[in-house]
Amino acid sequence: MADNRLTDSQRVVVTGLGATTPLGGDVASTWSAMLAGQSGVEVLTADWVDTLPVHIAAPVAVDPSEVLPVPQIRRMDRSGQFALIAAREAWADAGSPEIDPERMGVVIASGIGGVTTLLAAYDTLKERGARRVLPMTVPMLMPNGPAAVVGLELKARAGVHTPVSACSSGAEAIAYAVDMLRSGRADVVAAGGTEAAIHPLPLAGFAAMQALSTRNDEPERASRPYDKGRDGFVLGEGAGVVVLETLEHARARGARIYGEVAGTGITADAHHMAQPDPVGAGAARAMSMAISGAGAVPSDVVHINAHATSTPVGDVAEVQAIRNALGDATDGACVSATKSMTGHLLGAAGAVESIATLLALYHRKAPPTTNLEDLDDDVSLDVVKGEPRDLPDGELLALNNSFGFGGHNVAVAFRTVEQ
Amino acid sequence: MAKSEQEILEGLAEIVNEETGIPAGDVKPEKSFTDDLDIDSLSMMTIVVNAEEKFGVRIPDDDVKGLSTVGDAVSYIQKASA
Repeated sequence: MADNRLTDSQRVVVTGLGATTPLGGDVASTWSAMLAGQSGVEVLTADWVDTLPVHIAAPVAVDPSEVLPVPQIRRMDRSGQFALIAAREAWADAGSPEIDPERMGVVIASGIGGVTTLLAAYDTLKERGARRVLPMTVPMLMPNGPAAVVGLELKARAGVHTPVSACSSGAEAIAYAVDMLRSGRADVVAAGGTEAAIHPLPLAGFAAMQALSTRNDEPERASRPYDKGRDGFVLGEGAGVVVLETLEHARARGARIYGEVAGTGITADAHHMAQPDPVGAGAARAMSMAISGAGAVPSDVVHINAHATSTPVGDVAEVQAIRNALGDATDGACVSATKSMTGHLLGAAGAVESIATLLALYHRKAPPTTNLEDLDDDVSLDVVKGEPRDLPDGELLALNNSFGFGGHNVAVAFRTVEQ
Repeated sequence: MAKSEQEILEGLAEIVNEETGIPAGDVKPEKSFTDDLDIDSLSMMTIVVNAEEKFGVRIPDDDVKGLSTVGDAVSYIQKASA
């Protein structure tokens, strides 16, 4: 299965991981909580909660104020704070390599951008006038703010980018970073996604779409992908960042390699603004592109970290897409829906779940899908539930799926790499 | 009641510290905002907005240019709030 069409300067590998999520303030605590089937969902205590139909969300486990000094907190939107924390961890995890800044890139996605900054500044404008709107407001609210924060931190001059494709943004960032490396624009790229949108306005908007679970009295059981009783997603927040480099570059510096980004697939539905294509044709095409881009075939796929947000329509459409893409090989891939534990991190989801997919390959252990008590009859997949599932020895391929409002589909194929 | 110069200095030092991380003890009257404290124009405007709020004064943008040292700002705020 090893892909012989690419040279080592075109193959892209992952050498650093960083995250701050509802399950933990770093990758290690997030991963161990995931394997243990823990939930990051809780009842919100803010005074505005009673004005909304949804009272639950999945805030980060470690607030940035516990990690970053006050001046940095004040100059960055919460989404930028998450991105900085995740990027620092990923960079240290990669061994903080010395890179020519002109060969260093950053791609940090966001689904919504600095929405809490924007709305708080608007409140200030209305209540106290234009003079009280702080000068950092625009750099804090712009969607590329977190990417710029990370670009400054890592001295990245090869290019700093921000894909915006709703809930597929984080995965699109990784795909874009692969393109940067393969086209020779950079030797190393820090890529990922961030989101900080637990605020009454986005919650009200998602609730108006009937996209959110209203299981307010059982927060830990609210996110239940593939279960017959699922009633929508749970809004989460956080960030995930990976350090990507060419295999040639990683080997030359003796870096530890978590896995290879073997193939990527990006498509669009052109079907509906917010509904998935019911047969998942575009999503299936993204998966097929990722698999063929890896020089692989569907039967090579042993594991899928599904998008599976816990909405009644979306989960089933993805099942159709997986079956269309993998055909008879579908039953050979075990599927994990980690949003059952993290909630839905929107623009960070694709990055955090790519990290989960990489760690599943690296540790040969697929995380469980929690809250799956009564499998939907339309979900004909081998879903990992209860305990983590051991993955076999040998070279393995796994997929991470991410889809977004607007009809965006991104699939990323990861492969194990012998050290 | 008007605040003393010392009270204004302490309040201003607190604002500078929150915005920039510079220890409040380093914010002394003779220090230049740009040359000594290395405060950029965006941070300076944030400090001005927060100082207006804290001391109940108005510091027009044109006057901000004249406030080169911490002592200049303290005097300005004291006069404006008198």
